[in-house]
Formats: sequence, C-alpha cells, structure tokens
Amino acid sequence: MAETAFFNALRAAIDEEMARDATVFVLGEDVGHYGGSYKVTKNLYQKYGELRVLDTPIAENSFTGMAVGAAMTGLRPIIEGMNMGFLLLAFNQIANNAGMLRYTSGGNFQIPLVIRGPGGVGRQLGAEHSQRLEAYFQAVPGLKIVACSTPYNAKGLLKSAIRDNNPVLFFEHVLLYNLKEDLPEEEYLLPLDKAELVQTGTDVTILTYSRMRHHVLQALPQLRQRGIQPEIIDLISLRPLDWDTISASVRKTHRVVIVEECMKTGGIGAEVTAGIMERLFDELDAPVVRLSSQDIPTPYNGTLERLTVVQPEQIVSTVVDLVGKKI
Amino acid sequence: MLQERPLPTFSPAAVQLSREEGLALYEDMVLGRTFEDKCAEMYYRGKMFGFVHLYNGQEAVASGVIRGAMRPGVDYVCSTYRDHVHALSAGVPAREVMAELFGKATGCSKGRGGSMHMFSAKHRLLGGYAFVAEGIPVAAGAAFQTKYRREVLGDTTADEVTACFFGDGACNNGQFFETLNMAALWKLPILFVVENNKWAIGMAHERATSDPHIYKKASVFNMVGVEVDGMDVLAVRAVAQTAVARARAGEGPTLIEALTYRFRGHSLADPDELRSKEEKEFWLSRDPIKRLGSYLLEQDLATNQDLKTIDQKIKQVVEDAVTFAEQSPEPDPRELRRYIFAED
Repeated sequence: MAETAFFNALRAAIDEEMARDATVFVLGEDVGHYGGSYKVTKNLYQKYGELRVLDTPIAENSFTGMAVGAAMTGLRPIIEGMNMGFLLLAFNQIANNAGMLRYTSGGNFQIPLVIRGPGGVGRQLGAEHSQRLEAYFQAVPGLKIVACSTPYNAKGLLKSAIRDNNPVLFFEHVLLYNLKEDLPEEEYLLPLDKAELVQTGTDVTILTYSRMRHHVLQALPQLRQRGIQPEIIDLISLRPLDWDTISASVRKTHRVVIVEECMKTGGIGAEVTAGIMERLFDELDAPVVRLSSQDIPTPYNGTLERLTVVQPEQIVSTVVDLVGKKI
Repeated sequence: MLQERPLPTFSPAAVQLSREEGLALYEDMVLGRTFEDKCAEMYYRGKMFGFVHLYNGQEAVASGVIRGAMRPGVDYVCSTYRDHVHALSAGVPAREVMAELFGKATGCSKGRGGSMHMFSAKHRLLGGYAFVAEGIPVAAGAAFQTKYRREVLGDTTADEVTACFFGDGACNNGQFFETLNMAALWKLPILFVVENNKWAIGMAHERATSDPHIYKKASVFNMVGVEVDGMDVLAVRAVAQTAVARARAGEGPTLIEALTYRFRGHSLADPDELRSKEEKEFWLSRDPIKRLGSYLLEQDLATNQDLKTIDQKIKQVVEDAVTFAEQSPEPDPRELRRYIFAED
C-alpha cells in the first residue's frame, strides 16, 4: 500500500479480516451508515451488509454485553467505542463478562472480542472525552490491553487482535488518526505481547506508548545534541507487559524514564515502576522517573490542557537531569 | 388484608399433554425442589459457602419454559445468581451442579464459579450472572449469533432460541430496557422471562417500579408482552411455546412475566423478616409441584405410584450428586491460574 493514513490502516485491517473470516463483525455507534466517527469503518457496511457492520443504539453497556454473548457463541465481534471514554458505561460488561467470564466459567467459554477506538487527550475536548481508560482497566484479569501508535503497527496489531481468542482492549489515539506512513503491500501481523524497540541507545531507557511515543521522538534530536543516546521502547502491550524487552534494556542502560499520557496515580507507569523495582532493582543506577499527566480532570483551556500532558521539553530536561550530563 | 395481584387465568382444558410430557415436567420440578432443599441442608452443614439463592416455589418457570417449550442442549439458557435449577432444567447433570457448589474440580465451572456462576457450554447454558440484569444483553448476543448464522453465514439449520431469565428487580435496570429495544429492533429469537417473585431481596416490587405490570413494558418496544401464572407449569409452558414459535419464525422476542414466589428467603443468609405470613401462605397454597401432581392424577395421566416413583428416583439422583460432590477432588492448586486466557 502506498502512503496510508492511520485511520485507513485500521480500516484496511478490519476489511481484510472481515473478508478472511465471515464470523468477524463490527458493532457500535455510527459505525455503519456514518462510517465511524473517525472513518475507520467508512463504506464497510456497503460491502458487508448491515448485520456485519451493525449500527447500535447509544447503549454502551448493553451492546457490549451483546457482543460478549455473540463471542461466547462463536462470532468474533469488534466493538468500536465512538470515544473510548464512553466505555466507562460498559465497565461492568468489560470487567465482569469480557474479562472474568472465561475463568469464572472454568474454561467453558472463550471470548474473542476486540474493543477498539480513540482514547487519550485530544485538542480541547474537555475532561470526559480525554480519558485514558487503559489505566483503569489494567487491573482487570483476563483482558489484553494494546496501544497502537503508528499506521504500520496499528494495522498489524489490529489484525492480530481480531484473530486472538481473548478479549483485547485496543487503544488508538484521537490525535494520531491522520498520521501517514508507507505500508507494506503484503499482509503482515504483529504480535500483541511484544514491545517495539523504536530507537536503540545506551544511556537511558525511555518507556512510552501511544501518542507519547511521538513526544519522545520530538525530544530525541535535542537529547542527541547533548550527547545522550536514549533507548526508546514503545510498550505496545500494556497488559501483559513485555518484560523480556524491558529487562534487556534496563540491564543495558541502568536508567529508566517512563513517559505516559495516563495520570500518575494508578497509571501504567506505576505498574511498570513496581515491576522494575521487583525484577531489576540491582540494575538501577538511579530511581525510575515517571513523566505522567497531571492527576486532574483534563481542562478545556488550551494552555491548561498543555500543562496537563507531558511535553517534549519536559522529556528533554528530565532525561538530561537523570543522565547527569546537564549542559 | 392481603391484596394480591390477580393471577391470570389459564384453562387447562386447552392443554395437549401426553403422559410422558406430564411426567417429565413433574420430574424436572421435583428435581429442582429436591436439589434446592438438599443445598440448604448442605449449606447449614458447612459443605458449601458464599451466597446461595434457592429456587423453591419458582420451579414451574424453569421447567415450563426450558422443558416445556425448548430443546435443552440446543437452545440457549441464560440465568442469574439464582441459577441452580435453570442449569438442571437445561440438562446440566445434578452431579456437576452439586460439585460446583462444593467447589470441586468436577463442578460445571470447575470450582471457579460457585453457586451464582453455573456455566456449561455443552448444555448451552450461557451462565449465571450475579450482577442484576447483566445477563440480559449477553443472552441477546447469543440470539444475535443465531440470526447472524442464519442470515449472514447462510446456515439454514440455525434456529436456536435463547431464553433469558431474570427477576422483577432487573426490570428497573437500564440493561433491561436497552436490550429489549435492540432485541425488538432486530427481531432477535429470544424470550425474556421475568420471574416476578415480588421481592428484590427486601425491596417490594411495587415500591420499586412505577407500573408493577412488567409485561406491559414490552408494548413500548412494539414487542409482545404476556403475563402468566408462574405457579402453573402448564400455563407457563403454553405461553413459552407460543413465544418460541414466534422466535423461530423470525417474528422476534417476547416478554413473559411469570407471577411467582420464592418459598425461601432471598438467599440462605437472608433473615426474611419483611414478607408477611399471609402473603407466604397465599403462595405456598399454590405450590406448582402439588398442582401439576393433582392435575396428572385428575386427568388419569399418572397414578400416585407414578409420582412416588419419581420422588424416590429424584431423591436418589440428589443423594448421588452429594456423594459425587463429596468424593470429587478439589481443584489442583497448580491450576490456580488456568482458564484466564483462551490458551490456558
């Protein structure tokens, strides 16, 4: 495929998997006639029909429960959260049913279900539309949690998520949908449980995911100017965490900065930090540093919103401090 | 003075019931009752734990719908925390249900679920859902799957019907309304079976809802809603048969409100202090098992000896279930983390 926008990479993944497997179907608010709020399912209903691209009423809890029932009985639903924040209304069905039911049933049922959609802090969308649900859901057993960050990984990961026999929460980012990239012509799949080594380095390990990967990359030239070679890892799999990749990097650099968009309290970084303490304490030359969003409802005002989320310049100064090569 | 909502009348004259069908319904109800009485005994003897909700008094609903109108093991059944008897009617062996209550590895949920979480894929039991109303959309998902297999995958054999059981308390929850809307909109092959036993733990139904006639709530979704005497298995069977035929014909869902009563407290931990003696007597006098027994005798479909033979047989089935549960192994602690993911 030639240069492809993020939303079209996701659309291609869904299209290919629906063509490959007739049990795959999409449901959610405005996924059919409207084509999805970010056009990820544009025109798919014309190709696959209204039952396979099912426009639902605005009833998140119940259409999520319905998808669980369909998955238990042999279909492979893909739920689009119009905004992932809306799925707070479906927390019960995601936690009790999608997440725990296989275990509670003693293995009677499996739930091949993808729940995908835009998460993260956008541009002045206000607190309710700026959620980072990955942090809330990471404690639910039985869920896989994936965050994509480029058109390339979005496509390969979504295809794998659709083929996975478990419930997968698949986080896209509202500000990345128009990112463009050349994609391979041939089909490819990416593993759901592997972090992506974005940049090799020796001085510090930067662990990040989703949109913050791009903030880290914006900080990279300034770090290099200062003679710092960071190793950048995109976690991709937020649950389970890819400890092989994380550990190998920490053993090399002995310093860790976590850059995340979720809030600090109970965030993904909190879990990563605790895991590093448990597994890699002796490898550390300095305490793990977390750069997280402020523990506040995301404000509407643009300046305040910018202050809420980690910016590239903070990443530069924090890494410089940590590596001890302050200029 | 006790004021009870009038129970809908049903004329047994119209009933077509063979001796075999009558005895099968009787046996299924006796199994439900005997099993639950044994559960109470085992709970008080410290053999089972947690919250245990018994079904005594409501047997006509599970038996009338599942045994009277459906194909156990083919059609889907979805239940609540009060799920033992739905599981039994769906065909899950008493041994597996009792073993689950004992927390044993041989239980239908491998000892991971317990009283409120009976599951059996083999018997198409979608499970016991312990949060009120959360099973309703899950059941609709199974029904959607049947429609999808028929219409998208072209599987002409896809004719399963799903029966979704829940209580009066669930009918004030959003998932009830949301799912009824979707099921009617898409004409899903599903029966929404409300077991209105008048009490959501200690909340009297009429204190919780603006119109106590639950079956009327179907009308706003352009859905057929019927009320039925939930203490009369033949009446339940009749409305369920009509609803199943409607579902299989692609004409969509039915809301069935079965007026019934639980003869015990909400759970075995419930002191049951709010329900009046008069109310309990009113309903105890309508015991569905005695009622069917009398009918079978009156119609010369069975003899006293037939019924006694069934009672004895079921007693043995339940004793055998207890022995099986007691002798079954505990789950292997090494398998603590098994079944979290599909590959486990």
